[in-house]
Amino acid sequence: MLADRDRIFTNLYGFHSPGLKAAQMRGAWDGTKALIDRGKDWIISEMKASGLRGRGGAGFPTGLKWSFMPKPDPARPSYLVVNADESEPGTCKDREIMRNDPHLLVEGCMIASFAMGAHACYIYVRGEYIHERERLQAAVDEAYEAKLIGKDNVHGWPFDLYVHHGAGAYICGEETALLESLEGKKGMPRMKPPFPANMGLYGCPTTVNNVESIAVAPTILRRGAGWFSSFGNPNNVGTKLFCVSGHVNKPCNVEEAMSIPFRELIDKHCGGIRGGWDNLLAVIPGGSSVRCVPADQIIDCPMDFDSLSKLKSGLGTAAVIVMDKSTDIVKAIARLSYFYKHESCGQCTPCREGTGWMYRVITRMVEGRAQKREIDMLLEVSKQIEGHTICALGDAAAWPIQGLITHFRGEIEKRIDQYAANPHSDPVRIAAE
Amino acid sequence: MTVRRLAEKQPPSFEFTPENQTWAEKEIAKYPPGRQASAVIPLLWRAQAQNDYWVTKPAIETIAGMLDMPFIRVLEIATFYSMFNLEPVGKHFIQLCGTTPCALRGAEDIKKVCATRIGEQRHVSVDGKFSWLEVECLGACSNAPMVQINDDYYEDLTPENFNKLLDDLAAGRPVQKGSQVGRISSEPEPRKGTTLEDASLYDGSVVGSWRKRFDESIAAAASAAAEKK
Repeated sequence: MLADRDRIFTNLYGFHSPGLKAAQMRGAWDGTKALIDRGKDWIISEMKASGLRGRGGAGFPTGLKWSFMPKPDPARPSYLVVNADESEPGTCKDREIMRNDPHLLVEGCMIASFAMGAHACYIYVRGEYIHERERLQAAVDEAYEAKLIGKDNVHGWPFDLYVHHGAGAYICGEETALLESLEGKKGMPRMKPPFPANMGLYGCPTTVNNVESIAVAPTILRRGAGWFSSFGNPNNVGTKLFCVSGHVNKPCNVEEAMSIPFRELIDKHCGGIRGGWDNLLAVIPGGSSVRCVPADQIIDCPMDFDSLSKLKSGLGTAAVIVMDKSTDIVKAIARLSYFYKHESCGQCTPCREGTGWMYRVITRMVEGRAQKREIDMLLEVSKQIEGHTICALGDAAAWPIQGLITHFRGEIEKRIDQYAANPHSDPVRIAAE
Repeated sequence: MTVRRLAEKQPPSFEFTPENQTWAEKEIAKYPPGRQASAVIPLLWRAQAQNDYWVTKPAIETIAGMLDMPFIRVLEIATFYSMFNLEPVGKHFIQLCGTTPCALRGAEDIKKVCATRIGEQRHVSVDGKFSWLEVECLGACSNAPMVQINDDYYEDLTPENFNKLLDDLAAGRPVQKGSQVGRISSEPEPRKGTTLEDASLYDGSVVGSWRKRFDESIAAAASAAAEKK
């Protein structure tokens, strides 16, 4: 188990004050000037050496992302935008950072902005997190007051930090949709290229990072890239916040070393699976957008990007949704299908029409009111949505269904047989409505 | 996507209160000149809060004027983002998370409580006190099932404690926000023998403990650079 001394978010649960004084006692804002004095090249090379992969789901190396920012140009100021639009079902880690350890985030924004030559940063918080936003704003105000940030601060890098918020659109977690929303438009993703590093917020160079990626940066720089990369398997290093929900005895958020085996994560921190390990049915290991993994494959799997992608799933945001044998797995996935239907922005036809179509078909399958050939048809349609949309929401809608069909096809067929074997007043209808 | 239209019955006018007007001007100043449209979501949000939690057509027109935006651009924001209520809601507006992580832990039972006590979704109860809506993941999954009532989260619900919560709200009694089973946030419960129990993390002894290694690495880098020369 990770030692408490090696945890970055030491106030994850809010047992201590989120205020500036208490945060400083826990090591926030400690020697920030010394870090900044070593220069932006050192910061970026240290972040690259630490092996930190973005914590927002895609796992892109953070240091590399920072290095993509072009040289500062007075006519086109650079921006850092922090993605705090945490809406992936199962994910609840950034919320704890914002309400309990906000100073780590504020300090991270300062350092990251300095490293990429930005004088302004916007934090885009999801609309529902009202109290979290207030806590974060209070931390920002404290930092201004203490001259840690602002036009004329003790670190010698003029820097303004603004807290912005959304209003309940999952799609705004996609980086270009977030930028559109921040510009006061509907959150519809942009075509890439141009990438945000060249044409981002207001047409200026912009980097969008997840809250956790930014908040861990100051501690990594202080304690060294070598310390951070000593945890986990190669290429999947560091510590990570895991959000465990569903059928465990003690659902919780916890910071652990990457590559911790699933069994150890659940036994040490979550009090085991409800009803014991034999009762485990399946796990969605990375938020709703990844494929589910059946019990026998996940139990001893290390929880990291590469091991989970070998299982055709993914670490995503490390939102571990555990399902025991009492779960109606078809219904659970059908509910996710409804989620994507609800959250599709409607810009690309395959996603707008496809998410609704998949939802209607899979809802019939929950009762078994379908034909067996429709299972293959559903799989085929999901593959036509995947990869044919501007953003990854189409993929994210397709993957849970693909995972279900790969691993639980027998369950769907069983229901269809049961339904067909019993008399019903309405006939079995065919395919699309 | 969902069909969202403005309510049929609209009030004749809308005006921000003086405090909100000052607040709005500050909000607009957060964005670079000419980019005032960025403030549209915060302004609509404040207009909704001022108007019993729903957005009216006159409010949309007022905000369009303030931000120098065409009416249709503000209207499309109000209809695109699901947190803007386009019709009146109850005094206690319940947004119930029904997505899979909450559903696994019993959101269906909480939904039944809402359906029996309040009635259909989007329907304001006769006394005007409650209305409810099933929404998508609210991001408190380790505390499932949960609801948001106006601005506050209520977590770790069971049909019993949720019924009691609604009773208390209806009677105007004070209620416990957050977890309904006594958790502080998303820590494991019971907590004993878990993480973050090392008292030395909080007594200030971590401050500066990294400095020695850090300064040594600066010195090492400097001497390496000198050797190269």
